[in-house]
This record gives sequence, structure tokens and C-alpha cells, in this order.
Amino acid sequence: MFRGLYAIIYKETRHILRDPKTLFLMLLIPMLELTIFGYAVNLDVKNIPTVVYNLDGREPSRKLVDAFVNTGYFTVVGTAHSDAGMYGAIVAGNVKVGIKIPPDFTDTLVTGTTTKVQVLIDGSDSTSALQALNTSNAIAFGQSIKILSRVVGGVTEMPLEVRPRILFNPDMKTANFMIPGLVGVILQVVIMLLTAFAIVREKEQGTLEQLMVTPVSRLGLILGKLVPYGFVGICESISVLFLMRTLFQVQIAGNILYLAGFTLIFLFTTLSLGLLISTFTDNQIQALQFSFLILLPSFLLSGFMFPQETMPAIIYWIGQVVPATYFIRILRGIILRDAPLEALWHSGLILACMGVCIITLATLRFRKTLA
Amino acid sequence: MMRKESATISSSTIIKAEGLTRRFGDFTAVDHVDLDIEQGDIFGFLGPNGSGKTTVIRMLCGLLRPSQGRATILGNDVQHNSEAVKRSIGYMSQQFSLYGDLSVMENLKFYAGIYGIPRKERPARINEVIDIVGIGEYRRQLAMRLSGGWKQRLALACALVHRPKLMFLDEPTAGIDPVARRDLWNLLFDLAGQGITFFVSTHYMDEAERCSHIGYIYFSKLIVCGTPGDLKRLPEVTPEGAVRLELRCPRIAAAMRCLNTFDYVLDATIFADVVHVLAQEGYEKQIVDDLGRHGFPGATVHPIPATLEDVFVTLSRKRAKENGRV
Ligand SMILES: Nc1ncnc2c1ncn2[C@@H]1O[C@H](COP(=O)(O)OP(=O)(O)O)[C@@H](O)[C@H]1O
Ligand SMILES: [Mg+2]
Repeated sequence: MFRGLYAIIYKETRHILRDPKTLFLMLLIPMLELTIFGYAVNLDVKNIPTVVYNLDGREPSRKLVDAFVNTGYFTVVGTAHSDAGMYGAIVAGNVKVGIKIPPDFTDTLVTGTTTKVQVLIDGSDSTSALQALNTSNAIAFGQSIKILSRVVGGVTEMPLEVRPRILFNPDMKTANFMIPGLVGVILQVVIMLLTAFAIVREKEQGTLEQLMVTPVSRLGLILGKLVPYGFVGICESISVLFLMRTLFQVQIAGNILYLAGFTLIFLFTTLSLGLLISTFTDNQIQALQFSFLILLPSFLLSGFMFPQETMPAIIYWIGQVVPATYFIRILRGIILRDAPLEALWHSGLILACMGVCIITLATLRFRKTLA
Repeated sequence: MMRKESATISSSTIIKAEGLTRRFGDFTAVDHVDLDIEQGDIFGFLGPNGSGKTTVIRMLCGLLRPSQGRATILGNDVQHNSEAVKRSIGYMSQQFSLYGDLSVMENLKFYAGIYGIPRKERPARINEVIDIVGIGEYRRQLAMRLSGGWKQRLALACALVHRPKLMFLDEPTAGIDPVARRDLWNLLFDLAGQGITFFVSTHYMDEAERCSHIGYIYFSKLIVCGTPGDLKRLPEVTPEGAVRLELRCPRIAAAMRCLNTFDYVLDATIFADVVHVLAQEGYEKQIVDDLGRHGFPGATVHPIPATLEDVFVTLSRKRAKENGRV
């Protein structure tokens, strides 16, 4: 059943070691991807460039501007002297927010009538816009309460106070949330291609035809490709996790042994998927195109970018057949929440079952005859 | 018109094919090929490019399923028992298909492992094939750095490592230099002497002459099969009442056009600086005179036996004419 397994492992290991340049690239590329995408997906909005058009200019109006700046979300980069000037700065893209304080700001505060502070927000960057909107509302609310309590007098305590506490990621750093997911997506893609290319390359070079007339068994050939690239996959995983820990300062809260164990299961499933792809494709270009079928759902439907719970049913189910989905859950569980085994094992089991099904399918589909 | 040297299956038959056919969509690449090849033969499989040689070999090796017909190798059906077939044969495909980034030794070790040769016997077995093909001094050389001839020798060594009784070589001498070609053939004769049967495809006539048996495949059909001597004596090649002449004269191309206008000339083909003429018996002298009258004086003729090339050219023309009529 495993006839030829050792010979294939021997040969494949030679191929890998003989070509240190490719080996180096295999390790470098996922690290590069993590670095580039890691910074790109950093959704923390800080220091939104802001222009102030202050028609009042007295002490209370300056305090209001300070309130904005003190949140850390706004940085005043200039002052405007007309509506058009403020508007123009936003259109030009120099600033994303404009704050206009009316000339009678201080007076209306004193008389107790409603004063209107205009905040213009550039909606073309939805993340910054949302942040600016929420913060402005919060500031308006906070300032109003202060003023009200002063006017009403005697009220020193809030009647109701909500105290949200964000668990596991107290600073709401997107790095903490995004980077483990990104690790999952990147590993999914690069590792799948390792085995897909390993077989398709032999098709291109005609060496597979020669192998097909030997008594090598299908399982021997498939596993013989899987094992050496499994080691490459382990090295890639370690290097990427190392980069996550050092460059992005994402701590691994949970058990490192769990992480290692589940990563091995994920590697098995993903390498098997690569082998399955190789049975559909005749050259490396086709294999690459095929991998996009997995790549896009890994990015968009795996829960990496968007929460899966809000997806339409069919899209949700597509996401459920992508191995990255389960691996990302496991990674976030272990790295961010120090999740116990009970919370992880079913994702691991699904991954393992997927792997067994995929490698069985790949073995059955692999023919020792030419098309 | 199918010709076999024996109609009965002898006990030493090693390849037997009956009505072997392979279609790719509408196109029939191999059309009802019958073969009966005996142990110890060097069977030369001739045919122009695209005639179906590789397809036949792939079917015999169990690499391609026949669309129709059947074949047995050493008694094993190639379709239903292809794994048994694979254990008993060696195969060298048309293009170099060893691992260029592995050394000679590593390629040999790999194939020794794949064929399940017991670990203890491997070094001895590898040394044995290294000695046979004489590649000893290149042991550590990467396969891709070998010259064409040495690549073929390495491929042969890898295909021999499990001591197959039957070897399929698909155009082993294509693209290698003449000296290496000669050496490779000498090696094949050595091995054939040790009892290995060879099935070798080629399109070199001189190689065909050296084979013990020849099959000629043309446009997917096996037209003829037999020993070189048998083929040269085929009545279609030299019909009753006709002779083959070798004719020398200046301005040979023009002379040939002229020859074709004589009604007693059945066929004329240029071979390098001579024309091979198939003419009716008794016109040997008249040819020279007629050529002289048409402005080609000084021609000489003498009778020759048919060459294999004559055989293939004649049969191909005949087949093309028949196809044309259909
Ligand atoms: N896999 C295939 N699909 C379609 N056509 C093929 C395939 N393999 C071979 N052929 C066609 O079959 C014919 C015979 O090919 P082949 O056996 O390679 O010829 P030869 O080896 O004599 O040059 C060619 O016309 C070729 O194009
Ligand atoms: Mg061919």
C-alpha cells in the first residue's frame, strides 16, 4: 500500500535541499506577506487629520477643540477661515474632518440654548469616518452632560454609568485581532501551493510519466510528497508565528503545545488540498489559478475580514468548507483568549476530518495512467 | 495486409497485441495494431513522426488505456493487470525524464528504492547497472549536466535496475550524436545477448537494419511486420517482372523527372547522389539510351536488392494512394 514511500521521501528531500534559493524563498515569502499585509490591515484609526474653523475663538470654544484632540483620534493640522476653505481642504484630501464652531458658541452656552457645532466628515474612507462620527457624538454627549449638570446644579454623580470592558484585547488593537487571522490565511495559501507544485512540476517535466510505469503505489507517492513538504510547512509556520510575536508584538496567551498540535493538523489538511489540486491541473499556471478558488474565500469568507455570523447562508457555508476558517478560530482562540482544549477540539476535529477526506479523494483521483 | 512471421502463439511470446486501438476524441492515433513479439528479439518499431509509435508503447506499458483491443505482456493483460506489467518491464520515455537536479547515483538509488529492491541488495545492484552502461566516472555528476548520450545511458541504467525481461525504449537515439548512437546500440545488443527483449522505436533506417524484427507503422496503422530480410523480399516491394536498379548520372534531380515519364519505369526515388529505379525487367540498357536522348548522357545502372528504405517508401506510397481513393 505504501510501496515506494521512502524512495519518494528521499528524492523529494534531495530536491528541497539541493535548491537552497527556493527553500529560502519558501520561508521568506510568507514572512514578507505577513509584514506587508500586517501593516495594511492595521485598522486602528488614530490621528485623523482635522481642520478647525473657529468663528468664536473664546476660551470655551478652544476647550471644545481640546476635547476632540485629547481623544487621540484627531490631530489639528490647520485652521480654515471660511466654509469654502474647510470644505476645500476635505475635498483635496488633506484632511478628513472639519470642525466648525459658530461665532455665538460661548454666548449660547451661557444662555442655555442649543448650540450647533458642525463636524464635516470625509465618508470616502469609511473606517476613519465611522471613528470620527462615533467620537464626535461621544464628545458632544459628554460635554452636554457636563454643562447640564452644571446648569441643574447639585448633580455630582451620573444616574447611570455603563462600563464596557473589552476582554482579551483591552486596547482594541486591531493587530491583535487581525494578525493571527492573517497568519492563518497566509499559511493556507503558501502551504497549499507547496504540494500542488511538487506534483504538477513533475507532470510538466515528464518525470511523472516515468514514475507511473514503476510499481510505486498511489498512496506511497502522495504521502511521499506530503511528508517532506510537511517539514517545510512547519518551518514556515514557526517563522511566521515568530514574526507575529516580534514584529507585531502579538503575545501568545495560550498553550504553545496546543498551538503546535493544531497547526500540524492544519498543515496536513492544507498539504492534502494542494495534492488534490495537482490531480486537476497539468501545469503550474493552472495550479496557481486553481488556488485562487481557495484563496479568495480564505480571505473574505473565513472570518478573517468579516464576521461570518452576518453572512447570507450560502456564503456562510462556503466559508465553512475552507480549512482557514477553522484554523483562524483556533489561532484566535489560543493566541488571544488562552482558550481551553474543550473550546478548540471540534474545530481541530473538523480540520482533521477534512484532511482525511481530501487526501483520500486525492489518492483516488490520482491515476497511474495518462489522460 | 498484415504480415506476421508466425500465426500461432508460441510459448516464448512476450508481447501479444490484438486489434490494439487508441482514439483521442475523433482522431484514431492507433488503429487495430496486432503484434507478436518473441523473447530475445530486438524489435524495431519504425514510423514517421506522429504515426502513433509513442501511443502504442504507452498502451503496452499500461500508461494509456486502449480504446479497443487488448495486449498482454508476459501473459499479463496491460489494462487489467497493469501493475504486474509495470513490475516486469523497463521503460525509457521519449524525452529525458530523470531528475536533473539529482546526481547519477541519487537517481539510481531512487529507482532502486521505487522498485522495492531490498535495501541490502541495492548497492550491488546499482554497481551492476553502472558497470553495464559504464557511467561509473559520473556517479556524482548532476543528471542535467550530462551530455545527451550519457543521459540516455543513465536512463537505461535506471530502467534496468530491477532486471526487467522486457525493455521499451521510445526513440532512445533521437537527438544524440552518431558516436553515442552507435555505442548505445552496441549496448542494446550486449543486453539482448543476455536475454532481454527490446522494443525500440526509431525513425533511423540504419537502426532498423540492425533489428532482428521490424514493424512499420504509418498513419496509425501497422503496415508490415517481419525480419528485415522478409520485408525486402515482399512482392509489393519488388513485383514480379520488375528489377531494382541503382542509377548514377549528372543532374540527378532533372534526370529523375525525366525517368518518371518513361512508361517502363514504375518508381524512382533519389538516395543522396543516386536514383533507385524500379523498372520492368529487360529495360536496363534502354534506360541509359533513353536518358541519353533526353539530354542526360553517361548514365550507368546496375541491379541492387531492395533496401529497407525502399520497402518503407514503396509501402507508404501505396498506402497513401489507397487512402487517397477512400
Ligand atoms: N494525449 C493525446 N491527445 C490527443 N492526441 C494525441 C495524444 N497523444 C498523441 N496524440 C496524437 O496521436 C498521434 C500519434 O502520436 P504519437 O504516438 O506521439 O506519435 P509518434 O510517437 O509516432 O511520433 C499524433 O498525431 C498526436 O498528435
Ligand atoms: Mg513519439
